[in-house]
Amino acid sequence: MSEFNHTTHYAALGEGKLTGSRCKSCGKTYYPARPMCPECHGGEMEAVEFSGKGKLAAYSIIYIAPTAMIEAGFDRKNPYCAAVVALEEGPRICAQLLGVDVKQPERIKIGQPVTATFMKRGEGEAAKTFLGFTV
Amino acid sequence: MTIRKLNRGVALVGAGMSKFGAFPGKSSRDLFVDAFQEMLASVDKGFDPNDIEALFIGNFSSDLFENQGHTAPIMADWVGLTPRPATRVEDACASGGAALRQGILAIASGLYDIVLVGGIEKMTDQPIERVTDTLATAADSLYEVPAGFTFPGLYASMATAYMDAYDANPDVFLKVGYKNHENGSLNPKAQFGQRIADIMEIRKKSAAKKGLPIPEWADEMAFLKDERANPNIAWPMRLYDCSPVSDGAAVVILVSEEIASRFSDNPLYVIGSGQASDGAIHDRPTLTSLPSAKKAAEIAYEMAGVKPAEIDVVEVHDCFTIAEIIATEDLGFFEPGQGWKAVEDGKTGRGGERPVNTSGGLKSKGHPVGASGVGQVLEIWKQLRGEAGERQLPGNPSLGLTHNVGGTGQTCTVHIFRRGKP
Repeated sequence: MSEFNHTTHYAALGEGKLTGSRCKSCGKTYYPARPMCPECHGGEMEAVEFSGKGKLAAYSIIYIAPTAMIEAGFDRKNPYCAAVVALEEGPRICAQLLGVDVKQPERIKIGQPVTATFMKRGEGEAAKTFLGFTV
Repeated sequence: MTIRKLNRGVALVGAGMSKFGAFPGKSSRDLFVDAFQEMLASVDKGFDPNDIEALFIGNFSSDLFENQGHTAPIMADWVGLTPRPATRVEDACASGGAALRQGILAIASGLYDIVLVGGIEKMTDQPIERVTDTLATAADSLYEVPAGFTFPGLYASMATAYMDAYDANPDVFLKVGYKNHENGSLNPKAQFGQRIADIMEIRKKSAAKKGLPIPEWADEMAFLKDERANPNIAWPMRLYDCSPVSDGAAVVILVSEEIASRFSDNPLYVIGSGQASDGAIHDRPTLTSLPSAKKAAEIAYEMAGVKPAEIDVVEVHDCFTIAEIIATEDLGFFEPGQGWKAVEDGKTGRGGERPVNTSGGLKSKGHPVGASGVGQVLEIWKQLRGEAGERQLPGNPSLGLTHNVGGTGQTCTVHIFRRGKP
C-alpha cells in the first residue's frame, strides 16, 4: 500500500510534481492525496499525477499575514494573493497566486486559467517547497 | 432522512453573560464568574447552584491564548461546583454551540435534570500576530494555512466567489457592519457599542486632541470606504468587516422540561438542535454556502417542526460580514444569491422584515470565540422574554434561532428555541 500524507505531498512538490491519489475501487481522485477514500471508504489508493493546470475559483489579498508569511517578507505594505484553484482534473486546492496586481484586486478574474509553480522557502533543513499558481 | 427528536424536553431557565471586550488583568475564570453571577440573578423563581449536576464549557484555545489547558474543571472550581463533572467542548468558534448541544443531549438522555452550559475565551492578552496564528489553527494547518490563508482571508475568498456568482457589490459588506453597529449601540454588553457615526466623531475628537488634521467624511459609507479609517485586512474584507478580538464568557442553565416550572413560569424550550461537520474550504462543492450550516439547519428545523419563515429572532455567526449574508441564505431566510439584496433593501435591519443579529452580532458585540455560541442564546433569551430593552423587537416574538460556525464551516450548530410550551 502506498503512503499518502502531507510529508509525501510536500516531498512531491519538492520534485516539481503534484502527486495526488486515486481510489482503486471507485476511481475518485484526490489532491492533496488521501490515504483512504472518503467517498467509498475504500482503503486501496494509487498515486496519480496532476497536470498543474486549473482555474481560479476564489481569492483574497492578504494584508494581515500569518507569521510564516511575514517571515517570507509579506506585510501590510507588501500584501499577497491567496487563492482557491480548481484543478482541471476536478479537485480544488488552496495556494498562493502569483503574477497578479494585488493593488487592483477587482481586476483578478475568477475562472481565469492558472498554472502551478513551485516556491522554495527557507534554508537548509528548514527548506520546503510550497505550491503556487501563476496567471 | 429519519427525523430525530430529543428523548425528553429541555428548557432554558437562566442565562447570563459578562460584558464582552478587552479586559487586561482579568482571566477567563473572572469573566466566567461574572456570567455565572448574572445567570443566578436571571432565574425567575431563584436557583440554588448546588442543584447543578454537570457542566459543559465551550472553549477554543485557552491553551494558546492563556497558556492554560484543562479549563473546564477550573471554571467548576471558581464557581464552587466541584466535584461535579466538568467537560470542555472544542469545535473552534462553534465551541459554545457544541457545548450547548452536549448539555441538551445530557438532559434529553435522562442522565441529568440540571446542567450548566458555558462558553469562555480570553484573547486580548496576546499580540495580534499570535491571535492570528492561534485562530488559524482552526483551519487546516497542512493544506490551507501554508497557502498563506488567514481566517479573514478564507472568508474573503468566499466573498470573491459570492461576488462573482451573484454580481454582488463589495459595498454591501460594509452595510452589514454598519447595521450591526447600529444594533450593538443598544446592547450594554457590546464590545464596540457605538454606531459608525459615533466612531467617526471619536476619530475626529482624537485627531483634534493630538493636533492632527481633522478627518472629514461625507457620511458613514464614505468613512467605511476610507482606506485609512477602514483598512484592508484581507480584501474585500476590511477592518469593519471583521469581528474583533475579544474576552468574554456566557452561561445558561438547562433543565428537563418536567421541572422547568420550579424555576420559571416563562422558560424557553429547546425545540431544535442540529450539528454538522465538513472538510477544508477547497474540498467543498461550493464556496458561496456552508454545507454544514445547511445540514445543521435542516436537522434543527425538522426536529422543531418549523419553517424558516416562522422564526422571529435570529442570531447568526457574523465573524465576517460575508458570513452573515451567506448564513441568511443557508438558513433558508433568503434564496441563494438574494442575501446581499436583502441587506441592500434593509430587510435585515431591526425594523426590517427579517431582523438579523439584534444583539449587534459578533461584529459589534464582540467575538470571544468559545463564548460566542452561548452569547447568541442570551439574545434569544432576552428577545423572547421581552427583556431586550431598547433593541426589543416588537410583536411579542416567540421563536428564536442561533447559528454558530466553527472555522469556515468545518462545524456548524443550529438551535431553535420557543417561548411557551411546545
